[in-house]
Amino acid sequence: MIRLAKSARVMAFVGVVALSGAALTACSSAGNSSGTASTGGGTYTWWDPYPQHDASSDWAKRVDACGTAAGVTIKRTAYDTTALTNQALLSAQERTSPDVILLDNPAVSTLADTGMLNTTQELGLDTSSIDKNLLAAGVVKDKTYGIPIGANTLALYYNKKILDAVGVDPATITSWASLTAALAKVKAAGHKGITFAGIGTEEGSFQFLPWFWGAGANLKQLDSSQAVAAVTLWKDWLAKGYAPNSVITNSQNTTWEEFLTGNFAFGENGTWQVDSAAKAGFPTGIIQIPAENGGAAPAPTGGEFLTAPVQKATGRYATTKKIINCMTTTDGQVKTATTFAYYIPPTAAGQQQLLAQKPDLKAWVDAVKSAKGRTSDNLGTDYPKISQAMWTGVQKALSGSLSPKDALVGAQQAALKATR
Amino acid sequence: MRATQTRAVGSPGTPGGAAITSPPPASGGLPAGRRIRSTQWAAMAFAAPLIVYLVAFYAFPLYRNIELSVHDYTIRAFVQGNAEFVGLANYADIITSQTFLPALRNTALFTAVSIAFQYTIGLGLAVFFRNNFRLSGVLRGMFLIPWLLPLIVSASTWSWMLNSDSGIVNSVLQAFGIGQINWLTSPGMALVSVIIANIWLGIPFNLVILYSGLQNISPDIYEAASLDGASGWKRFWYITFPLLRPVSAITLLLGLIYTLKVVDVIWIMTTGGPGDVSTTLAVWSYREAFGTGQPAFSPASAVGNLLILIALAFGVLYLYVQRREDVS
Repeated sequence: MIRLAKSARVMAFVGVVALSGAALTACSSAGNSSGTASTGGGTYTWWDPYPQHDASSDWAKRVDACGTAAGVTIKRTAYDTTALTNQALLSAQERTSPDVILLDNPAVSTLADTGMLNTTQELGLDTSSIDKNLLAAGVVKDKTYGIPIGANTLALYYNKKILDAVGVDPATITSWASLTAALAKVKAAGHKGITFAGIGTEEGSFQFLPWFWGAGANLKQLDSSQAVAAVTLWKDWLAKGYAPNSVITNSQNTTWEEFLTGNFAFGENGTWQVDSAAKAGFPTGIIQIPAENGGAAPAPTGGEFLTAPVQKATGRYATTKKIINCMTTTDGQVKTATTFAYYIPPTAAGQQQLLAQKPDLKAWVDAVKSAKGRTSDNLGTDYPKISQAMWTGVQKALSGSLSPKDALVGAQQAALKATR
Repeated sequence: MRATQTRAVGSPGTPGGAAITSPPPASGGLPAGRRIRSTQWAAMAFAAPLIVYLVAFYAFPLYRNIELSVHDYTIRAFVQGNAEFVGLANYADIITSQTFLPALRNTALFTAVSIAFQYTIGLGLAVFFRNNFRLSGVLRGMFLIPWLLPLIVSASTWSWMLNSDSGIVNSVLQAFGIGQINWLTSPGMALVSVIIANIWLGIPFNLVILYSGLQNISPDIYEAASLDGASGWKRFWYITFPLLRPVSAITLLLGLIYTLKVVDVIWIMTTGGPGDVSTTLAVWSYREAFGTGQPAFSPASAVGNLLILIALAFGVLYLYVQRREDVS
């Protein structure tokens, strides 16, 4: 019994030592990976939501080059967009934020509100040449919290073969009535009408906003008669078979896949599909999304902002400023534009240079100039909650659980409750 | 012998003195004021890593979850660490929210129907596989595939199959003259679709456990029963099923706890369905925390705590049933 106790003690001692050793190694290695931001000695951390561009891509090389030009090494980590917001929050809570984060534009006001981002004024960055409509998403209470690297937006791609076959000239589609009439003709000829993404996530709101704003509705009033008109437009298309039932669960990628089958006359999608459209098996073109009573509807902007989180070591800001300036020169903006096929540069100079290289992007540049940030109109941090209420309401209306009016009344109540 | 040895280790010097002054302590107990013996140190050293693990991975997350739910964690409060204490306001908010009753109803339906079908089909297959025919091993292995596939693969494939316009299920149904069913997009069918996918996913687990439970039933009992003239169904109902009760109980409990937590299948197929039609409590909690542009950790953890309470209730029920079984 005594011998057992002694050997048991020895085993226990060895076991505890082994476990503590393992725990300490784990803690220290975890500490290393999150501590690079504050180790100084010329390493700056950069987070962006482009995991498709790995370390050997042109984008990564440009980031590295800007780091070298500023005299430091950049350690870049790429996350998925939604994960990036959560990671940014966690790192801010732990006070280990990276030096630069590229944030999706609707998230900028949310993170700015927590106090974790520096204003461009504090960093000494010049934002005077940036288009106001594109900068608006990063403005909270008259302070700017980042610089857009570019913007993309939505338009209606059309299948030229189908439209020619049914005798519709896309240039005549300038209002909802003309679009619906065109869809009727397309359906009568046996083709499918239009496809878009109505999924219950931010993508659904993104695709619904051009119709919502095109009816003259305002995000602060989700149950206005204009808003109901926009939802009714989509619902009627579904009821008449001009849009497939799958739009209720379509993401933007799925919508594009459906459009590429060649069966649809119209597909609502964005600038990033320009190259894919050129390679489609049929001739394509784009028209601006029409407003209800004529003209182009304001479409929402996609695209990220360069932001500089607050650091404990304020001496780092001088180099951060150099890195950001390096990425946002006019040449830099055009290079960004082509890397992300196609972010339209946010300055007039950048846009002109891009058009000199790729003149067929003119329609997109015009679209972006009349586009609107989702968090503008002083919505800021309220936007995500309103957006969630809106997509839920749209889903209920499209699936038939509620009438459009009831669905939007419910949505407005939910939005008010969430934003009080 | 063992008892006296223990008493000799744990009690004061003279056994006689112990009998007079204080009752002998239970094995492992400690007379007041005595220093800890070497075997107690060994015991604590062995238990220490486990206790550290339990505190770090069970107690601390639970504490943090409760803390998240009784404070108002806006994003700003999360980053700056100065959340306001609001007591049970978050719980009041979620119970009065219009998503609460649908989520509760959907959770009950989703769990009950999934378990019922998973168990029944798993049991049927287990009984079927008791007869070892040629290739039965291979076939049993193939039935494990739903369990082995990564959930994102299974859920995505089910989404494709159930697509309203171009899914294969609708094509087959249309070949038989049945009209188009909007599996994932209609309020009536969204919950049914995710339940069907979940049943398919859960059958292998039930099959494996019930099959091994069946192996433990001695074939002599069946021989005796068939000598007495019991038919197949009577053999199943009066022998197999009652003898499987302990295994069934644990299978049902594990299945229930697992199904209560299912998020990925529902999220990938319908993200909670058109509106709230296929939102369960787990999906609601996930959506509040990670599914929108504004993480709302406090309501999410409140819903999560409700879910823990429900699972705890079932766990307690299981223990009660077990104790009754042991007693009887």
